[in-house]
Amino acid sequence: MSIIEKTAAELIDALAAGETTSVELTQAHLDRIAAVDGDVHAFLHIDAEGALSQAAASDARRADGNALHALDGVPIAVKDVLTTTGLPTTCGSKILEGWIPPYDATVVKKIKAAGLPILGKTNMDEFAMGSSTEHSAYGPTKNPWKLDRIPGGSGGGSAAAVAAFEAPLALGTDTGGSIRQPGAVTGTVGVKPTYGSVSRYGLVALANSLDQVGPVTRTVLDSALLHELIGGHDPLDSTSTTTPVTGLVDAARAGATGDLKGVKVGVIKELAGEGWAPDVMAKFNESVDLLTKLGADVVEVSTPSFEHAMAAYYLILPAECSSNLAKFDAMRYGLRVTPDGDPSAEDVMKASRDAGFGDEVKRRIILGTYALSSGYYDAYYGQAQKIRTLIIEDFKKAFEQVDVLVSPTSPSTAFPLGAKLDDPLAMYMQDLATIPANLAGTPGISIPAGVSDVDGLPVGVQLLAPVLEDARLYRVGAALEAAIGPVLSIDKLEVAR
Amino acid sequence: MPEITRDEVAHLADLARIDLSDAELDHLAPQLQVILESVASIQGLAGDDVPATSHPLPMTNVFREDVVVPGLTPEQALSGAPAVEEQRFSVPRILGDEQ
Repeated sequence: MSIIEKTAAELIDALAAGETTSVELTQAHLDRIAAVDGDVHAFLHIDAEGALSQAAASDARRADGNALHALDGVPIAVKDVLTTTGLPTTCGSKILEGWIPPYDATVVKKIKAAGLPILGKTNMDEFAMGSSTEHSAYGPTKNPWKLDRIPGGSGGGSAAAVAAFEAPLALGTDTGGSIRQPGAVTGTVGVKPTYGSVSRYGLVALANSLDQVGPVTRTVLDSALLHELIGGHDPLDSTSTTTPVTGLVDAARAGATGDLKGVKVGVIKELAGEGWAPDVMAKFNESVDLLTKLGADVVEVSTPSFEHAMAAYYLILPAECSSNLAKFDAMRYGLRVTPDGDPSAEDVMKASRDAGFGDEVKRRIILGTYALSSGYYDAYYGQAQKIRTLIIEDFKKAFEQVDVLVSPTSPSTAFPLGAKLDDPLAMYMQDLATIPANLAGTPGISIPAGVSDVDGLPVGVQLLAPVLEDARLYRVGAALEAAIGPVLSIDKLEVAR
Repeated sequence: MPEITRDEVAHLADLARIDLSDAELDHLAPQLQVILESVASIQGLAGDDVPATSHPLPMTNVFREDVVVPGLTPEQALSGAPAVEEQRFSVPRILGDEQ
């Protein structure tokens, strides 16, 4: 097994035992990026020099017995929606082309303080709006399993980088499924933590009440390791929870022993049936059977309001994003387009925003502006907020009956690039199963359930837990992962070995 | 069925300060109509007895001690500015001739 195939947990051991160095493994990942990223296009910016100098510093610390963290020296990729000093942060948009932020996101500060070399910034749908990464202004990312397929979105770059063994770890963000759905279609693990448990400071906001930073990895244990590192209270984020983020690694290790006796699992009745591909459901049902075999008590649970989650989401999200993206006004940073003549600031704003934003961003800004307009506010935005209440209540009732909920992560395997690009609604349907957790603030994980019998592409299974009970995801997720066995391996990918 | 006309999209784009071209209006207006028809399904679903939720976690205002902490230097704050003059953001005129 080459070094790039090792999990982060294995790299921790290899570094601690002196079997490798951070420079060696960072260089190995940079070599892999050089070899395959021309095909995959997971990265928007690669920082070879920076990563190698961070790696050398890590090796020097370790030689002196001063490693900063278990993950010190393990390289990581960062979604381009998180601010990084010294590295461009474009959010996949032309309006931020070349922007180098003057401050680090708190999660970036944390990974730097722990000594993880940053390999580069990963591709994404523009401002995290999309489910395929095709809305990136810099061209789509390809699914390493099959290069004519989407890698999911919005965090297709982070998922593809990890799936293609270009990085052992990545950071993603999840507003409606942008970590979990890419995880599902690339055969990787992705976690959306409890809302507020990981700082959003320096995460360029799409929808403040929905956004959450989380880990993208190849194993449940690796996600737990990264999740504990990035979690915790941040005074710079006023929505940050004060509950310590601990016990996740222990939960993952306990789960890996495979015993789920006494754990109650609820299969969500509403997330099945019409619109759900039979090959996805077949793999999902196998996972449910495995949960039973592991000793879990599996029952069906109904959450009737989930049926309206997508409609509520596509009012709340555009409303919040239309307001958030107002800051891109061509005055203080970002693209400025100056029309001919003697244009006013407003003329410059309009021209810059037209030139700088892509179609999906424009659609959502206009929809949000509509939903917040006087006369429509109560009928749309107001109703959506009430549906949100009903969804939270459905989760509460469900969690009175069971410890975790389970569903497929995404209704289909990775679809061909271009298939849904001009059909926004079909694209939105990709997030049917992932959206409720964002509306309710609950945590969720997607783990590989196997590959489809039809197209040989990965299928994801999603687990959901109550707010602040993220540890349950790791316990049940690790048990299920062990029972399913490895899904992703380098020899299964279409990209060069 | 709710309707969002091409003219209305043009007006909304104006409010959102996006200078959409005619071709973009032709392209986006029908797509927005389809999206709106889909999300309009939630109209009237929840009655007056259901409270609205704006945020997933119950939170009130969060304050910190009023102490000075380091912030960005002027150079850092201006580092991404399209135009700078005398340590300030330089912007086009904000008033019209008649104002």
